[in-house]
Amino acid sequence: MTTTTVLDPAAVDAAAGRGRTRTASARIPLSRLVGVELRKMFDTRSGFWLMASIVIMSVLATAAIIVFAPDDQQTYDNFAAAIGAPMTIILPMIGILAVTSEWSQRSGLTTFTLVPRRGRVLGAKVLAAIAVGIVAMFIALVVGVLGTLVGSMITGLDPVWNATVSEFALIVLGSVLGMLFGFMLGVLIRNSAGAIVAYFVYTLVLPPLLGLLAANQEWFKDLQPWVDYNNAQTVLFNGSVTTEQWQQLAVSGTIWFLIPLAVGLFIVRRSEVK
Amino acid sequence: MLGMITVESLTKTYGRGLTAVDDVSFTAATGRVTGFLGPNGAGKSTTMRIMVGLTPASSGTATIDGRRFVDLPNPGTEVGVLLDASAQHAGRTGREILTLVQRTMGLPRSRVAEMLELVSLTDDEADRRVRNYSLGMRQRLGIGAALLGDPHVLILDEPANGLDPAGIRWMRDLLRGYANAGGTVLLSSHLLHEIEVIADDLVVIGNGRIVAQGTKAELLASAGTIARARDIAALAAAMGRAGLTVTHADGSVHTDATPEQVGEVALGAGLALTELRAADGAGLEEMFLELTADTQREGAAA
Repeated sequence: MTTTTVLDPAAVDAAAGRGRTRTASARIPLSRLVGVELRKMFDTRSGFWLMASIVIMSVLATAAIIVFAPDDQQTYDNFAAAIGAPMTIILPMIGILAVTSEWSQRSGLTTFTLVPRRGRVLGAKVLAAIAVGIVAMFIALVVGVLGTLVGSMITGLDPVWNATVSEFALIVLGSVLGMLFGFMLGVLIRNSAGAIVAYFVYTLVLPPLLGLLAANQEWFKDLQPWVDYNNAQTVLFNGSVTTEQWQQLAVSGTIWFLIPLAVGLFIVRRSEVK
Repeated sequence: MLGMITVESLTKTYGRGLTAVDDVSFTAATGRVTGFLGPNGAGKSTTMRIMVGLTPASSGTATIDGRRFVDLPNPGTEVGVLLDASAQHAGRTGREILTLVQRTMGLPRSRVAEMLELVSLTDDEADRRVRNYSLGMRQRLGIGAALLGDPHVLILDEPANGLDPAGIRWMRDLLRGYANAGGTVLLSSHLLHEIEVIADDLVVIGNGRIVAQGTKAELLASAGTIARARDIAALAAAMGRAGLTVTHADGSVHTDATPEQVGEVALGAGLALTELRAADGAGLEEMFLELTADTQREGAAA
């Protein structure tokens, strides 16, 4: 570093002088914030590989089906299911880290100084995360199509297109809801490790416990579909959803997603950013 | 007076009765460098964090030209802020951090290269990840980020931290030039010499309360008069009778009064003075330790 460089006084004069005569600046548009937040998701090594893992996992899952699945199982829905499984973990991680890195890495000091309305920053983050989630699902769709074609070429059978547009739409919705759940945990906990642990407790530890409760307690057996958000989300990946299941998704989603999100937003907007 | 910072009755209390900032009021004027001084934990950083909306105040207001920071439409183009140079994502490069700032504010891409040059970070350094930066390099990067939006106000917390002597000199010239061109600079520091050299106005804070404020000249000039006479006891007695406060020190008397007043007292008492002069301007360090004596951790100051 050249510490001996003497500052060009004209540059400073220009900087301060121009500032002095400037008229009121325009409010930062949300679209610009979304662009910045998208950039932040890719501009570190860890962020880049997290994003790259979407493509990598899709390709690996597809290859696994081609290599290991019996010939008559080389159908589009099996490819889609194999690709969807890693997505349900990666997308929520993206949702979590989009929020928590501002606190865990302390970059929030700069972010929230440049945009003091914290709700706008979080809004931009959620839009950026949803955009990534939807693009990821379309990558999965394309990789699944390629996998089906390659699989049929190898087996010599006709490709089996047994997934409908509505099924795909439900899977996209389910994936995005999973991602938003991660986002909510990030807002509520604001610590990368804590939020990731909470996510795995929610997806891996809680379901068997609820299942155990339902198996042993009659009163909970009827209640569970209405309070088990994880279960209600899983339904979206099974192809069709009844009206009652939509209602169950809404009720359990309010308990597990909307209320904690509201609490998290309330805290974030009043907390200190250190 | 575009760019004036006004802090009014700012108070921040935490649970358990801890008052970090207690009824703090001051202004930082345009075209001047205002030094914000105080011992560790006196409330400097908390006050600055409240000013930029990172910490909510319990009561009181902080405004820039009458507007709260959170109400500024694009704050980075009006107020440059550097609170903690290490608070950056360690995995981003310096150039990327400036690019995020430039994009957020909606400024042309060329500002990033301009700022890197202004803060003397080479292209090679700019493309390194911040985790590999020295504190001095982080400080330069932080200054670059603060100046990127051409703000007319600068709020800097300990900007000289980690800079080498040449870097400190560079920072001083930069801030001086910035204020001379009409900008407003508020900087905190515990490096008293730095503040003494650069600041026009001083705000001294201890235990969350303001203990002194004014221009540097005023605060450092109130050092009084030193006088000597052959009969020092008689001089002290005469001055006491005249209502002047007197303190003895190694054969001289020291008073808050002017040399003129002391001379007249001596003449009236018929005493020959052997020395009469204005006391040396107390150094900033002496003033600082005296003013914050009861808030110092070490207790034995002044």
